Amino acid sequence: MQIIYTDVLVIGGGLAGQRAAIGARRRGHDVIVLSLVPAKRSHSAAAQGGMQASLGNCFGAEGDNEDIHFADTVRGSDWGADQDVVRMFAHTAPKAIRELAAWGVPWNRVERGERQITVDGQKKTIAEPDAAHGLITSRNFGGTQKWRACYVSDGTGHAMLYTVSNQAIAANIPVHERMEALALIHAEGRCHGAIVRNLATGELLAYVAKATCMATGGFGRIYRVSTNAIINEGMGAAIALETGVATLGNMEAIQFHPTGIFPAGILVTEGCRGDGGLLLDASEHRFMPDYEPEKKELASRDVVSRRMEEHIAAGHGVKTRFGEHLWLDIRLLGADHINNKLREVKEICQYFLGVDPVRELIPVRPAQHYSMGGVRTNHRGESPQLQGLFAAGEAACWDMHGFNRLGGNSVAETVVAGMIVGDAIADYCDSTAGELTLSTSLVHEFGRRERARLASITGGGTESAFELTRLMQETMTAQVGIFRHSDRLEQAVATLQDLLRRSRNIGLRSNAPGPNPELVAAYRLQRMLKLALCVAYGALQRTESRGAHYRADYPRRDDLNWMRRTLARWPGEEAELPVLDYEALDIMRMELPPGWRGYGARDYIEHPDTASRQQQIEQILETLPGADRHARQQALMPFRHLLPEHLRRDNQRLGDDA
Amino acid sequence: MNQIPLRQARRTLQIQVLRHNPVDPASEPHLQAFEVEEADAMTLFIALNEIREQQDPSLQFDFVCRAGICGSCGMIINGRPGLACRTLTRDLPERITLAPLPAFRLIGDLSVDTGTWMRGMSERLETWIHSEGLERVDIDTMEQVMEPELAEQIYELERCIECGCCVAACGTAQMREDFVGAVGLNQITRFRLDPRDERTDAEFYELVGNESGVFGCMTLLGCEDFCPKDLPLATQIAFLRRRMASTA
Repeated sequence: MQIIYTDVLVIGGGLAGQRAAIGARRRGHDVIVLSLVPAKRSHSAAAQGGMQASLGNCFGAEGDNEDIHFADTVRGSDWGADQDVVRMFAHTAPKAIRELAAWGVPWNRVERGERQITVDGQKKTIAEPDAAHGLITSRNFGGTQKWRACYVSDGTGHAMLYTVSNQAIAANIPVHERMEALALIHAEGRCHGAIVRNLATGELLAYVAKATCMATGGFGRIYRVSTNAIINEGMGAAIALETGVATLGNMEAIQFHPTGIFPAGILVTEGCRGDGGLLLDASEHRFMPDYEPEKKELASRDVVSRRMEEHIAAGHGVKTRFGEHLWLDIRLLGADHINNKLREVKEICQYFLGVDPVRELIPVRPAQHYSMGGVRTNHRGESPQLQGLFAAGEAACWDMHGFNRLGGNSVAETVVAGMIVGDAIADYCDSTAGELTLSTSLVHEFGRRERARLASITGGGTESAFELTRLMQETMTAQVGIFRHSDRLEQAVATLQDLLRRSRNIGLRSNAPGPNPELVAAYRLQRMLKLALCVAYGALQRTESRGAHYRADYPRRDDLNWMRRTLARWPGEEAELPVLDYEALDIMRMELPPGWRGYGARDYIEHPDTASRQQQIEQILETLPGADRHARQQALMPFRHLLPEHLRRDNQRLGDDA
Repeated sequence: MNQIPLRQARRTLQIQVLRHNPVDPASEPHLQAFEVEEADAMTLFIALNEIREQQDPSLQFDFVCRAGICGSCGMIINGRPGLACRTLTRDLPERITLAPLPAFRLIGDLSVDTGTWMRGMSERLETWIHSEGLERVDIDTMEQVMEPELAEQIYELERCIECGCCVAACGTAQMREDFVGAVGLNQITRFRLDPRDERTDAEFYELVGNESGVFGCMTLLGCEDFCPKDLPLATQIAFLRRRMASTA
């Protein structure tokens, strides 16, 4: 088996992985990126509507800053997020967007003078000042107080990914394409790289590295209806789980996007609603204001998706042979706006539905969209359990999204995390702890183990990988979806355990040399089932409703018992359930103690610390009369020391002195 | 309009796939026919997956986003390059022939290695912003302003998804292995348009002012005809050729 040595192994070629790679490379370390596909085809390219960063340049964004972005994100998370991480993120996002602007992303810009916008179903004329002309503009998104989603038409992720990929090429960072990590090489709590399968030839090889960074995205494909690319099968999270050492955080926190086109589940951006689009029911009634008078269509995604399903359950869905759906109406935005700012949406409607959204309604229904959970790391992206393992982006749970992510915050997270984690990786490689210490016999032992696992699949069982995958996906969509209940979750866990047992008896019909897609489906299924069990079992155990995790039998958020993050560990190859553990979120350290989100349910079970912390905060602020917002923030929850030094300075905004 | 249109008589599709597995010494390129019952709103993505799951698990093809945005699934569909994921079978005749994109290294069946080709093109044409001190750019202060219209023009050219359809449709690319294709020339026009890139026309001329660059184009227009993103490729190449000719 060939062994390739490098300082840093980044698994995943999307925005988070490539930005982390650039960071480590700039610090002088050799980096190799592994990618299942050509890097520019990564799922980051599918981010459409925008990247959240509080620049505050345009109409609707005036007065925006890190404080408001922080508060929106924490409320969006339903207080499940790590507030230190959210602060680091909100502070770094404007820097990330400005870096990308310098690198070449053609962000849409503010145009001086009057223009027409659509708000709450009405046309309105607004004016942009001369001073803002040519600065980066932004659009409205759900769950935010300001228009903060900076965008490139509705191809934001595409433009970002191409720019970052091109910078990685400029930095001479090799991307080894069509490579799939099958296992992490590790011993005594230290990760040393990965055993990797070449998806073009089928051969196994080993990559040995001081630091390994998981940036493999989410795992939406454990569901039948998902907006995710078909490569989003969570293999990075799964092989971290299979170490039995690293843990996965909050796997039950799964986001459903309100506007997947029906029935294919392809995403149309939240920007449709941000720009003024409406949700209608079978009788073309705009129903969201009935449920959510404050934010209407622009409440957070968990809330809107739930309201949509509720509305369908109440008999207001449009009935078709494929099931029921609702309508997204963007006709009121006009042809010009759709042709310029929503062109991917228009293409998707045209090609997959035969619908022209300028004149016709778009059939939509919530679809699985995002995994808030992932490889548990600290605020620097390091696994607390497995030294030398890092994670960034959707694959990670460092945990800035808690139980619900805001639209536009994930594509922002990818680059922000890449900037922060890339630096942490470089620090680690520079330290004595980062020295390579392994013996090649360990590498070969892991290589033999993976070879044996593959051989056991080709050995001649009776089950079909494709069939079992379908059953897993249907189980997840039917029983671990938007509305959860102990009965269905118990059933789901039992079904998934049965599928896991059956997956150990898969037989292949094809033994063609080379990549062998059937073999790929088989070994991925075994790993996906473990992730699915973490989701379903975690959801069963969490007897409350928080963010996207909604339990019909426990409809209230329960801060008293559940201000806790779920940690899942896989105890051994023969196991059929993860071991769950919980880590407490300390309200007494929070800058923003739990409360009402400003939308959704008002009813929750309070923790006694909330009142104490609130009182403490008031006392601290009383001692700082006249202090500016930075000093007040610093007094409540200092975070800048957690950032790499070059990311700690204030962000300038229009009207600030340089 | 609340129903996806139904086709009256269900068709049985005859899908022929040009098959070859280069890592199997016994494999010879051949056409293999599959029969698929057409379903409503069926795309080639759905049809090919159905074939792989139910008929031949060894069939190789590439899909990633299945939404027409990532460029993975370029293939020759009844003689024309296109994205398979967003090709509806109802727009095709009953007999459908699928072949891998030419001009790229074959991985197996319908799967080709566009990645290595595109990376090579990027390295050769240096498809990134060239700017003094980019590594030390100040990210704490206001961003540089840009005219809104210019940003939109750059995005228009940046919409390329490197699917390879323009290369597969190009006469020159079939004859000259080193031709950078419309995809490459479009990148040059994109960076040339971008004021953040400090390269001069003379420097761009160094990159594409030859037969493997802008002077290799025979103006057959296949690139523009088959670009799934409808990029104005022929116009861009013509414009670039005039600029480069006057620079030389």
